[in-house]
Amino acid sequence: MASEILRLEKVCKAYNVGLPAETEVLHGIDLELDHGEFLALMGPSGSGKSTLLNIVGLLDRPTSGRLVIKGQDTAAMGDGEITHLRGHTIGFVFQYHLLISAFTARENVMMPMLVDRGFPSAEIEARANRLLAQVGLEKFAGNLANNMSGGQQQRVAVARALAMNPDLVLADEPTGNLDSKSADAVFELMRQVNRDSGTSFLLVTHNMELARRCDRIIEVVDGRIQA
Amino acid sequence: MNRWLPFEWITAVRFLREGRLQTIFIIGGISIGVAVIVFMSAMLAGLQANFVKRVLTSQPQIQLLAPDQVARPLRNAKGEIEDPIVQRPSQRVISIDQWPKIRSQMQAMPEVVTVSPTILGSVLVVRGDASRSVTLSGVEPDSYFRIVKVPDYIVAGEARLTSEDIIIGIELAKDLGATVGDKLNVRAASGATRVLTISGLVDLGNKGVNQRASYAALRTAQSLLGMIGGVTTIDMTVTDIYAAEDIAQRIQAANAVEADSWIKTNAQFFTAVKAQQTTNTLIRLFVGLSVAFGIAAVLIVSVIQRSKDIGILRAMGTSRGQILRVFLVQGGLLGFIGSLFGAAMGAFALVYWHAVARQADGTELFPLILERSLFLYTALLATITGLLAAMAPAVRAAKLDPVVAIRG
Repeated sequence: MASEILRLEKVCKAYNVGLPAETEVLHGIDLELDHGEFLALMGPSGSGKSTLLNIVGLLDRPTSGRLVIKGQDTAAMGDGEITHLRGHTIGFVFQYHLLISAFTARENVMMPMLVDRGFPSAEIEARANRLLAQVGLEKFAGNLANNMSGGQQQRVAVARALAMNPDLVLADEPTGNLDSKSADAVFELMRQVNRDSGTSFLLVTHNMELARRCDRIIEVVDGRIQA
Repeated sequence: MNRWLPFEWITAVRFLREGRLQTIFIIGGISIGVAVIVFMSAMLAGLQANFVKRVLTSQPQIQLLAPDQVARPLRNAKGEIEDPIVQRPSQRVISIDQWPKIRSQMQAMPEVVTVSPTILGSVLVVRGDASRSVTLSGVEPDSYFRIVKVPDYIVAGEARLTSEDIIIGIELAKDLGATVGDKLNVRAASGATRVLTISGLVDLGNKGVNQRASYAALRTAQSLLGMIGGVTTIDMTVTDIYAAEDIAQRIQAANAVEADSWIKTNAQFFTAVKAQQTTNTLIRLFVGLSVAFGIAAVLIVSVIQRSKDIGILRAMGTSRGQILRVFLVQGGLLGFIGSLFGAAMGAFALVYWHAVARQADGTELFPLILERSLFLYTALLATITGLLAAMAPAVRAAKLDPVVAIRG
């Protein structure tokens, strides 16, 4: 499919493979995500949502099954290729420990570009400033991460996730730690980016109200997709 | 962000800056270690240089002597079995055979700097009722004073040796109640007598030597000791003082002379130097190890503290190699910055100790040698130690599973 960004085919994930304590947490997951799609992933705690997100984000590898990102099968890729694909294709927004505390908001946004290019440049800095303006935080660009509120930090994290102009943003309960007003603002921000740039989003959330505002909802229960 | 610094350096510096207290304490630890190494090394080098200078400016680096005279039993009869007990003969003061030829050969050697023929013998110096038995060195001042720096040790008068002059040790002058310009009656065992004028008094730094030392012109001494045209030793200096023993052995193998180097004649001094060097090396090793363990411990804690940051960096596409370098740079930087402070502390301690520690006579205990190479070498060593110490934490950081790291 031409518009497909992500495809999982019968993806299983087990821990302690070959040991008596072997536990399978994902059982044959099939999932597709199209370009520009905003997908909500729901499910109770321990259902395997985070594991699925880690596999999709190339932070973890499936025990079996296929993971295809932008038409590339990731099974045969080495660590270097995986790291490169992750850096150029996927952006992350985490629930906890949102930013690197040693850097300012601007530097946090610059970081993915700095990792990719090796050296800072005016171009990287200008893009970071544009992204911060996009999330409404241009005035806080010089603030250290710890000197900002949770909502502000999360908006910086969204800006950082967009730094490399990724095809897919994975957000693991990005609003879970925020008050309802901030949560709404962060969600709207992501939705806006999704509409404007066509970036796909895979959002893990417990918030049904936010999930309803996504294009599609899938639920993971006991390591299986329910709907 | 500094545009000239790569990602790894920027991140390393920021991590060190953020963990300020930790960084300050470990840099303090490294600085103390480096200061100890700089202080000990420079002081030891100074003490050694002082010893070497004292030893080498008051004696030749190589001395050629006539070979020992040995008695040999006569063997005449065929089939006769002898079991002789050979008594060692008394050693007459004799001249080195064909010494001008040997001197020319020595002068032709590229590793030899100065060659000076000398005659040594015992004489009696008499002044009024006082008389003392002394060693008379008959020397050619031009060449000999380049080997033994007699002019440097002159405390009264001048280092002048015409055929009528004599230079004597300061203690001998006291014993004889003589001073510069006084005349001494010098008598050899053969009965030959000369009246010589004291041109200078020397202090060679040792009371015993100052009681026995006396210098006269070569020809004066030759006539007194009854050895016209002869010399008992040929004194030499060489380009590399530590090669003196090798050179001496080669000379002895190729000529009919006995060659003694300053290394052989000062074996005790060398044993002391070696013991000092071994102690210093051990101290350096253990200080280096404790510095390395300190850096490693701090960085291992840092890896644990920063595991979430490492996870986030990995998630945004940072390679294992980049993470490895971030922590290696931290180790190297800690070592380097610690070495700068440590070198400054060591230099300060040296200057202070140099000013405070004095010998009994008030002269400096050791010369202040602050060589740039010592600081460069120490900085390099500390940086390498930092890099090596950071290796284990850096590998651990690079191997962190990003999923586990982010979860913390």
